[in-house]
Amino acid sequence: MAKISLIVNGNPVTANIDPRTLLVQFLRENLRLTGTHVGCDTSQCGACVVHLDGKAVKSCTTLAVMADGHEVKTIEGLAADGAPLHPMQEAFREHHGLQCGFCTPGMIMTAIDIVHRRGHELDDHTIREELEGNLCRCTGYQNIVASISAGAKAMAKSDLA
Amino acid sequence: MYEFKYHRPGTVRQAANLLVKNEDAKVIAGGHTLIPVMKQRLASPPHLVDLSHIEGLNAIEMKGRSLVIGATAKHAEVATSAIVGEAIPALANLAGGIGDPAVRHRGTIGGSLANNDPTADYPAAVLALGATIVTNKRRLKAEEFFQGLFTTALEADEIITKVMFPLPKKAAYIKFRNQASRYALVGVFVARRPSDVRVAVTGAGSEGVFRVTAFEEALKKRFASKALEGISVPAEGLNSDIHGSAEYRAHLIGVLTRRAVDAANAKQ
Repeated sequence: MAKISLIVNGNPVTANIDPRTLLVQFLRENLRLTGTHVGCDTSQCGACVVHLDGKAVKSCTTLAVMADGHEVKTIEGLAADGAPLHPMQEAFREHHGLQCGFCTPGMIMTAIDIVHRRGHELDDHTIREELEGNLCRCTGYQNIVASISAGAKAMAKSDLA
Repeated sequence: MYEFKYHRPGTVRQAANLLVKNEDAKVIAGGHTLIPVMKQRLASPPHLVDLSHIEGLNAIEMKGRSLVIGATAKHAEVATSAIVGEAIPALANLAGGIGDPAVRHRGTIGGSLANNDPTADYPAAVLALGATIVTNKRRLKAEEFFQGLFTTALEADEIITKVMFPLPKKAAYIKFRNQASRYALVGVFVARRPSDVRVAVTGAGSEGVFRVTAFEEALKKRFASKALEGISVPAEGLNSDIHGSAEYRAHLIGVLTRRAVDAANAKQ
């Protein structure tokens, strides 16, 4: 067993885990943060994307033990319960950026990472290139791209990063 | 994934000692090759030695006329480094096209080279630019380092610490992606170096990355895509699978080399 201490959504967490525990397993099964999904389990689809020290990573291909001492943010950490949604979440709702919703947490975490790296004014081509690692099997991406474009702009006016 | 014991050394020396002490131990940095392989149970190392906490191992700097990239530099760090962008923009461009943004936040140059996947991008750059791979024990030239499919000159207790790239006059990398996996079906790195020209190909060779000397000689005489007219690459020894026949890959090598030469010339 390995002892790990990390910050998850702003809260300190300490646990004893089997070193082979994947970060996504740790989040879902130990912490019951089931907003992060396992889609392909082979680092292709992006349903498991979370932020590790502020950067989008695939939590199905990261060992929880490697996140020891680091900071993790999941979809649950974007906005407090009952509080208004994060502007990127709101943009996905407003622009119908989801159908079944399975890929959505990963899409939103990736979208916020895109804004952090590429800024608030994103053209469609940039968004599509940046979504290389996130698969959606319902929407055809059209409304996801529209959501991210609008969410990026909205984030410029919001306190929520 | 099978059970393993996890180690987190603070220095390369400690890491090397752990590799000596624990038979069949494997090094992990970003884990973007090793973890998938362990999940498939194709690898089951009893010990993992994590390099990601060794300070300074990801440094990127100029040393004399060489660009030096630390082994645990992530693809995203290489892609966005102002130093790399200034010294060898083709290398920054290559790193920015590996996998997807999330993969680039974890995967490392040392990991990619140590794995020597026949469709990986970095081996083409290292071979074409004539880079030197520095380990905790010695310096290896690119030609000695790569030894075929998933095989390198690295010994069991040897760790890549950095890669030294001599600066080319011009360089470019062009890849043709497999439409599903997005790996290079064929990738060609062309480097016009002070004394010669090198053309290295990834994705196509059944023994991994290789050089096309016929192209190199023609381009040394004249560094223009026209210099390649009438020269073709034999399909023999190239991969053939449902994604493309050996003949198709041979054809792509010619097309991509011409495009890479044009791109290298356009950048200056």
